[in-house]
Amino acid sequence: MRVPYTWLREYCDPGMPIEELADRLVMTGTEVERIDVVGPPAPDNFVIGKVTEAVQHPDADRLRVCTVDVGENDPRTIVCGAPNVGAGQTVAVALPGARMPGGEKLRKAKLRGVASEGMILAADEIEVGDDHDGIMVLDDALAAGTPLAEIVPLAEPVLEIEVTPNRSDCFGVHGVAREVHAVTGAPLGADPWTDDAPATAPGNAADFAKVTVEVPDLCPRFTARVFRDVKIGPSPLWLRERLAAAGQRPISNVVDITNYVMLLTAQPLHAYDLDKVPGGELIVRTARAGEKMTTLDDVERELDTDTVLVCDRDRPSGIAGLMGGQVSEVSDATTNLLLESANWNGPNILQTSRRLSLRSEASSRFEKQLHPDLTMRAQAVASKLLVELCGATMVPGTIDVAAPAPEPRILRLRGARVTGILGMEIPQADQVASLERLGFGVRVDGSDLEVTVPADRYYDVTREIDLIEEVGRLHGFDRHLPTTLPSVGAGKVGRLNRTQRLRRRAEDELRDLGFDQIVGWSFNNRGEAGRLRIEEPDPRANPVLVANPLSDEGAAMRTTLLGSLLDVAARNLARGAEAVALFEAGAVYLRGAPPAEGGPLAGDFPGDTPAPVTEPHRYGALAVGPLVPRSWRGGGHPVDFFALKGVLEALAATLGCPSLDFEPTSEPFLHPGRSAAVSLGGAPLGWLGEVHPLVCRTWDIAAAAGFEIDAAPLLAAATLGEEAFEDVTTFPAALRDLAVVVPAATSAATVRAATLAGGGELLRAADVFDLYEGPQLGEGQKSLALALEFRAVDRTLTDEEVDAARASIEAELTKIGGTLRA
Amino acid sequence: MLEQIEKIRAEATGAISGASSTAALEELRVKYLGRKAELTQILRGIAQLPPEERGPVGGSANKARKELEALIAAGAERAGAAELEARLVADRVDVTMPGAPPRPVGHQHLITRTTRLIEDIMVGLGYEVAEGPEIEHDYYNFTALNHPVGHPARQLQDTFYIQSHPDVLLRTHTSPMQIRAMETQAPPIFIVIPGKVYRRDSDATHSPMFHQMEGLAIAEGLTLADLQGTLLAMSRALFGDTREVRLRPHYFPFTEPSVEVDVSCFQCEGTGVLADGSRCNLCKGQGWIEILGAGMVDPNVLGFVAENGYDAERVQGFAFGLGIERVAMLRHSVPDLRRFFDNDVRMLEQFA
Repeated sequence: MRVPYTWLREYCDPGMPIEELADRLVMTGTEVERIDVVGPPAPDNFVIGKVTEAVQHPDADRLRVCTVDVGENDPRTIVCGAPNVGAGQTVAVALPGARMPGGEKLRKAKLRGVASEGMILAADEIEVGDDHDGIMVLDDALAAGTPLAEIVPLAEPVLEIEVTPNRSDCFGVHGVAREVHAVTGAPLGADPWTDDAPATAPGNAADFAKVTVEVPDLCPRFTARVFRDVKIGPSPLWLRERLAAAGQRPISNVVDITNYVMLLTAQPLHAYDLDKVPGGELIVRTARAGEKMTTLDDVERELDTDTVLVCDRDRPSGIAGLMGGQVSEVSDATTNLLLESANWNGPNILQTSRRLSLRSEASSRFEKQLHPDLTMRAQAVASKLLVELCGATMVPGTIDVAAPAPEPRILRLRGARVTGILGMEIPQADQVASLERLGFGVRVDGSDLEVTVPADRYYDVTREIDLIEEVGRLHGFDRHLPTTLPSVGAGKVGRLNRTQRLRRRAEDELRDLGFDQIVGWSFNNRGEAGRLRIEEPDPRANPVLVANPLSDEGAAMRTTLLGSLLDVAARNLARGAEAVALFEAGAVYLRGAPPAEGGPLAGDFPGDTPAPVTEPHRYGALAVGPLVPRSWRGGGHPVDFFALKGVLEALAATLGCPSLDFEPTSEPFLHPGRSAAVSLGGAPLGWLGEVHPLVCRTWDIAAAAGFEIDAAPLLAAATLGEEAFEDVTTFPAALRDLAVVVPAATSAATVRAATLAGGGELLRAADVFDLYEGPQLGEGQKSLALALEFRAVDRTLTDEEVDAARASIEAELTKIGGTLRA
Repeated sequence: MLEQIEKIRAEATGAISGASSTAALEELRVKYLGRKAELTQILRGIAQLPPEERGPVGGSANKARKELEALIAAGAERAGAAELEARLVADRVDVTMPGAPPRPVGHQHLITRTTRLIEDIMVGLGYEVAEGPEIEHDYYNFTALNHPVGHPARQLQDTFYIQSHPDVLLRTHTSPMQIRAMETQAPPIFIVIPGKVYRRDSDATHSPMFHQMEGLAIAEGLTLADLQGTLLAMSRALFGDTREVRLRPHYFPFTEPSVEVDVSCFQCEGTGVLADGSRCNLCKGQGWIEILGAGMVDPNVLGFVAENGYDAERVQGFAFGLGIERVAMLRHSVPDLRRFFDNDVRMLEQFA
């Protein structure tokens, strides 16, 4: 909302510099975004002139040489290019030295050989509208030499206010003036709607027009007045200046008046050419299914059955509260006018506005729900202006179709409650003064107040707490609010829970293992599954879709972290990085309800309905290039399956998880020979592997390896922080190495499992530390070396015991086709 | 025989003390103590000696042998140390070659760092941490937060909706967790809620995805002044011990009264002017920087969880919502919100 300062001061002059006023407004809840200045930066050298002569320029068809009396001894010669300039006109003149709105200084100039000592002004040149078709022709009653600033504000400061949705009253200059009055204590002038226009035309409004409201719940009040003898023309300069400064384009007097009154009172109006309304009959109804109409912006719109229309006898004339139609639009030929000032259902206007993607100054006010009383305020102000500025005569009577008015709102404000909520005491007299300045009616009742809410604030202030805010903000949080800490919270212990601590440790571990943490986009392109070679019926090919994405790049919720990791890796490689190691700790979004127990904290929807989407928190890692940089000592080996497996195992080990299980798997985006499904104690965790070369190619990456695992089962298996002491010193362990030859197809996991089975409870660890394949083993054979640790908790093991265990291991290994090497 | 032993001993002692290398000493060991050495032969032949000679000869020979062994061992240690030293001196490396790189440590994202920092501050003030779903029901995101259907406040946050689920959306703030938490925990409650949020907006200061930290405190007798004190404590921990905060009245549907909170500028110490007299670019000469929105939890919000002990006449409290990127940008001079999601490793690696 743009509030021109001179306009504001007509109702409440705060008697302080505008910057100081802005500060006070900001600190009491009215957000002033900036102070704009409209028009030339200073009023000097702008005067009224009389064109006494206008002759054709000798050397230019389009220019005329004017003699202009600017109230000095000698007239000035001014060359003017406007088509409408002519002798006898009263005009606005900028003399040399004047500063124009852009800041540039006007100088004497020669135009095609003729010296020009100034400029006759068009409206846009002093920013009172965008009209540049011709110069402004002013009232002849103005004397030559009169400073232009006496006629119209120049260098007009404008408060640009961001009005919060609760304050519909501040969408009007008068509402802002009331706020200024409340904040500063400066006197507030009489309400501009106190006086009405005289009704001098014969007959009664009901003779000319008839209004039927079929939907009173959506149109609580519809008022209409009739005006005759209207003369359409440009508005006076002061009105155009105010509209322009407030950000509205001046059009013609009638339209300008409706806009002006809306900007003043916050109540939108609509003017009809009464002669274009058949029978003067207006009907307020909802649209029929599929009904269409063309609005003033020349767009044909299809309506639905919740859209409220104002119709004439034959067809829709406008969409209620949003925009009028072309049928009954006011034109230069209009002489009889019907002025609508109606009240609409806010949520309905908002809904229609959203559905049609159509917002207007009117709808942005109506959607906040105005009070029906505002309609007659606007009628009064507009009527006076129509009579004064358009030569109109008003027909007596107002057509007023109204549902029962809302009950007066009377609220109780408890003095103790004010202190109890705010933590500061506000003297009762101050509370009363604040509320009364804001227009509330107040009756003192002991330490409490009985408060009547005015129409402007009826839908905003509905409860005691709203009154507490009003008295609090005007008292001044910045000046009076104490700074305390909650006393009741004492004794409450803040902490992270175990899962939160484990998550931190997991993220730290991945970082310490050499990975940079990224934060990827939760949504991505719909085609990402395809680029990852994921196809139906894989559920990951069927992501949760965003109904209204900003672009295709945000249309689908991610189903893997891999896409984000590949995106970031590719971007960094394209920027010259030689290697990247990235991890992300974040959610993916899968269709279907979470499998776990429900409840609001688990993401259930209202009524304990499971959510339609699961959001597992995951750890994803991706590396391209070496994990250890190349140096003269070696290193620089590109990452592969085992490099990432080592990272994942280190992560699990840090968290104190039992060892992970890996089985060959086939993921469409992974190398079929170098990929594994990861599980822990039978619970699936995710995948690990080298990225499929075709996927790498899509992202323009040479080769990459990564993993992606669910956090929940990993953290559930973690023992970190809950470890119990184990005595490993009293009875020492016996260490043995063992080499076994097995068929090449036998997995290390199989060998290890057989070893553990054979070793029984004495065998505490069996780690594969070497792999050998060579001719002396024979075709299709390989040798694995394992480091074994035997230990008992209650005795030192004898050689015989260890040998027996070893023999048992050998027996187990034989079952899987293994033979021990000597 | 005894003289002979003495002669060997004397000769060997002289030789050993003259030997300077481990190799020479080994030679002497073989010569005097080896299998074929004279002394060894004497010891071996003791059994053939007449009984009365066996004792003296045996004793003497053994004594000599032990003495020589000790001398050789001592000599070998001496010579060995010298030889080792000589070898080490010869084994010289170019100390100017680069060190072998260890596996480099990665980097924590600034959002994680900032989130943890705020969490830790609030934990210190007695708060617990909660998280919640990002894909939300309209009820939690709007309705129960006092944004009735058709209320213009819903438009304050342009919302992403989920296809074919008109009531399901990407949460526009972390506030839905206020309701979820209060549904599961009776008062008093002191929690913070970090997490991703989404709004349909994209430019240098708006990202369609960003992070918030919600705070919620409900108990008996909490006041707006307590909110101010809490935010002052948090602001000082985040931005420096000399910071001040100020509350500007504002409007949010789910708090009443509502405030926007400014912290005094830490670059110009709240003066708006830098040491060189120029206007402070951080606070744009205002002396204050807006950091968050807050307020007293609206009684209507408590009404949605009234059956769990949240009677607005008995308990009350405050809530606040802080942009995590906003804090990170201020603390680390990051100029553009979108940088956080670009994940350029050259930026990531600036922050350990």
